[in-house]
Amino acid sequence: MRRDARLLGSLAALVAALALASLLTGPADAGLRAGIEALWTGEGPLGIVLREIRAPRTVLAIMVGASLGLSGAALQGYLRNPLAEPGLIGISASAALGAVVAIQAGVSALALGVPFAALGGALGGVALILGLAGRRAGGLGLILGGIAVSALAGALTALVLNLSPNPFAAYDIMFWTMGSLADRSWGHVLTAAPLMLAGWVALARAGRDLDALSLGEEAAASMGVNLARLRLLVVLGAAAAVGAATAVAGAIGFVGLVVPHLLRGAVGAMPSRLLPAAALGGAALVLAADVAVRLILPERDLKLGVMMALVGAPVFLHLIWRTQAGR
Amino acid sequence: MVSLRALAVLALAAGLAAPAGAEPPKRVVSMNLCTDQLAMALAAPGQLVSVSYLALDPRSSAMVEEAMAYPTNRGRAEEIYLLKPDLVLAGSFGGPAVAMLHRLGVPVVEVAPPTSLAEARDAIAQVGAALGRSETAEAMIADFDREVARLARPAGPDAPTAATWGANGYSIAGDTLAGDILRRAGFALVTDRLGMETSGYVPLEVLVMAQPDLIVTGSPYPGASRAEEVLDHPALERLEGHVLRVPDALWTCALPRSLEALAMLSAEAEALR
Repeated sequence: MRRDARLLGSLAALVAALALASLLTGPADAGLRAGIEALWTGEGPLGIVLREIRAPRTVLAIMVGASLGLSGAALQGYLRNPLAEPGLIGISASAALGAVVAIQAGVSALALGVPFAALGGALGGVALILGLAGRRAGGLGLILGGIAVSALAGALTALVLNLSPNPFAAYDIMFWTMGSLADRSWGHVLTAAPLMLAGWVALARAGRDLDALSLGEEAAASMGVNLARLRLLVVLGAAAAVGAATAVAGAIGFVGLVVPHLLRGAVGAMPSRLLPAAALGGAALVLAADVAVRLILPERDLKLGVMMALVGAPVFLHLIWRTQAGR
Repeated sequence: MVSLRALAVLALAAGLAAPAGAEPPKRVVSMNLCTDQLAMALAAPGQLVSVSYLALDPRSSAMVEEAMAYPTNRGRAEEIYLLKPDLVLAGSFGGPAVAMLHRLGVPVVEVAPPTSLAEARDAIAQVGAALGRSETAEAMIADFDREVARLARPAGPDAPTAATWGANGYSIAGDTLAGDILRRAGFALVTDRLGMETSGYVPLEVLVMAQPDLIVTGSPYPGASRAEEVLDHPALERLEGHVLRVPDALWTCALPRSLEALAMLSAEAEALR
């Protein structure tokens, strides 16, 4: 337990350091002191930049990262499969489809209807995955189902955006499939927060039952775990957290895959201990990626998905290789 | 026989080379939004037989009502050839359709899109000459010059700054018609201050740091896009400079009506002094 506290403490410190870096990174160059002063006083154009542009971006990076890390860890615990990740199994893509349909149907991008539509899309994605691959599916079935759902949702998203009367909507395909936190505002933070919080609460409450489930279904049932309730908590929680994150930041892949993978060694196999660490780790990873995209191309909106795939794809390949070797 | 044919070829060549000196064209088809509007303003009754479909789009055309009187075309070589025009007005990016019309021997006058008020005068003169309506064009140019002289203000070193702000943060530079109109209205362009020679994307942070006195936005498109969300970012409301909407159609093409944009901006510059 003390080891856990130390790990969580250092992860929190990492998140804080990266948050500071995120606040101080951007095309409007300002020194460390000027930046912190402007953030404190809110005065002048730099004050506006820090308070209205960079602060919401940083907060959103933490929230989105925590949602994705947490959902990845919970889904992996529930499906007992290290490859279960919201991006890979198509939840993010179907959430993006839900959000896009709502926005094109006339819901304001800052209305609560968009995260709820994304939740609806995400639930559709989960239902398809569980229907296609089933709970006891091996890694291959899950990934194949994920490919199908992702492809379908991605194609429908592109179709809806191409049918929009707005010529710029088609340019948004990149945003919805790769994710970005550029030019977000406090409005987006407030839009995503309620549903995201609900998702976090649901996933946090699933922790103990997931521990029991790691011993096998029968064992868990004999320990008094209500498997139907657990499924509801994990599926709804992950769909809510990922849906809300996707509604404001687009589909960001690999976070839920990389973070639990990196942290599992430190916390052992217990899902309840992995969950908080994965939330903090996800926040740190998305913050780092969001700082990196601004360092690489400060003037342009390089998508987060690019950075995440650069980190995530090798991890993913390694996991597949290990799964195959283990068989 | 041979000499007759040679004579015909000569006559045709002369007709192509100097359409203004010959009989004015009777069936004129315009296939470009900007030539559409100049032709509608300059042509004699019955002379213009078709304009492009874009002339009916209120987002880009400043003469939608006038355009309703004309059949529209979509700029395809085939449909234009079937209209049997004796003159086609096109922009300078007509592409394969214009090349095809040239091969078919249809006289085509290509009018480069003006990127300044000075070039707008040339375009009016060019379309007027092609239509055989040079006198009308000259009167229009005289009005145009008078209005520009009345509305223009000098942009000194302490000129107020302005930036146009579009989807994804696209901001126009001084080498465009809108940029020229902003300058003539007495504004210094933020894109100039940023050292941008051509229009491009300005990050929101950079725009905020530049603290423009005026932010000019255009007409929003129907339906929603994330690219346009940046136009409503709360950081812009916190700036001291205010936001003015100038309908895109006024300066998509250089027209006498473009001076309405000049008048709006000139009044803004006056108020900022």
